[in-house]
Amino acid sequence: MELLIPIFRMILLISLLVCAVATALSKKPMTMIIIFTAYSIIMSVVWVLLRSPDLAITEAAVGAGVTGVLFFLTLRKLHLIDKDKEEELRAANESKEEKNDEK
Amino acid sequence: MMKNKFSEKFSAWLSGEVDLTEKIAEEKRTEAPSRISKKEEAEETKIIRSLEKKEIKLSFKEYKVLSVVFCVILIGILTATVYFLPTFASSDVPAVNEVYEHYVAQGRDETGAVNTVAGMILDYRAFDTLGESFVLFTATCAVLILMDDKHKKPKKEMHETVNYSRDPIVKSMAAILIPLILVFGAYILVNGHLSPGGGFSGGAILGAGFILYAMVYGDEQALKVLSERKIKVVTICSLSFYCLAKSYSFFTGNEFNGVHSVISAGTPGDILSGGLIMPLNIAVGLVVCCTMYSFYMLFKRGRMN
Repeated sequence: MELLIPIFRMILLISLLVCAVATALSKKPMTMIIIFTAYSIIMSVVWVLLRSPDLAITEAAVGAGVTGVLFFLTLRKLHLIDKDKEEELRAANESKEEKNDEK
Repeated sequence: MMKNKFSEKFSAWLSGEVDLTEKIAEEKRTEAPSRISKKEEAEETKIIRSLEKKEIKLSFKEYKVLSVVFCVILIGILTATVYFLPTFASSDVPAVNEVYEHYVAQGRDETGAVNTVAGMILDYRAFDTLGESFVLFTATCAVLILMDDKHKKPKKEMHETVNYSRDPIVKSMAAILIPLILVFGAYILVNGHLSPGGGFSGGAILGAGFILYAMVYGDEQALKVLSERKIKVVTICSLSFYCLAKSYSFFTGNEFNGVHSVISAGTPGDILSGGLIMPLNIAVGLVVCCTMYSFYMLFKRGRMN
């Protein structure tokens, strides 16, 4: 078990680095936010390994939860999320609702 | 001569007098009529344009090279700074001094909090935390000013893409998860002086729970539960309570005016211990929760009702 901890830590740090670089390099804003959320989750595990569980709780709630939601809402307001897909989803949903109403 | 010209142009570019994007847009605008014009004129404009294009290309190259150089220098400075940081958990760092020793040795008896961090941020350094709570309050005000479109004419409502409360998976998962999240947030708030966590973490979890509720069951339903008026009242009451409570302990903590605080630290480890730490944790948590929730509402709807 004690042998595994340094390996686990190395994996975490490498994936943290990969996530950070990928956030900066990704072209689509949507992908960027998802990778950023993954970064926050890895970071919260790193906080636990650094023996600060209170920061880990905050990082998981704020970094992965609330910030991601706020970023998505901003994207939606700026119409940067795929519009065709949104229309498609809405149409599918409306037809589903109609079916439900018929039942 | 050439060098002088280049340096002049470079300084103009640096100070923002030469706008590259404007030039490109102008080029696009002039492109259409130039096709209709006579051959000679067209050739002339062609030459001018090719010259301009060269300029633009050169400028872009400068921009790229400079940005790379800037990034490399910044990375170098930051990496060099890491070498000056003390090793993690070593005992001879500058932070390990008599203040730290006092906190670790006497913090538990003086504040009554088993969680030393809570004792520090809400007892020894409570005014810092008060400032942080006011930062959050100010942030909410700023977002309200920026995003509030109550007085503008109503735009076409951005209707929901997916009605999540009809989705069987989301519906049943939300019914299980939302109460759990809210109870966990409340547990972290109330246990702030005993276990890791405290005002900010617990409040963030509570806020995330309410945001999830609003996402699944719709904003109108969520605003019935946590309306604008309630948020205002809760935030202002929490901040005022914090101010009053900390002023009281600041006043009675002074040895010279002869007044002693009636609030005792209690037995460390009990749920009702730590003096003012638990109520202050709850006040901070409520402020954070309301901030997160109102951020979501303002970003989503542009208003709070």
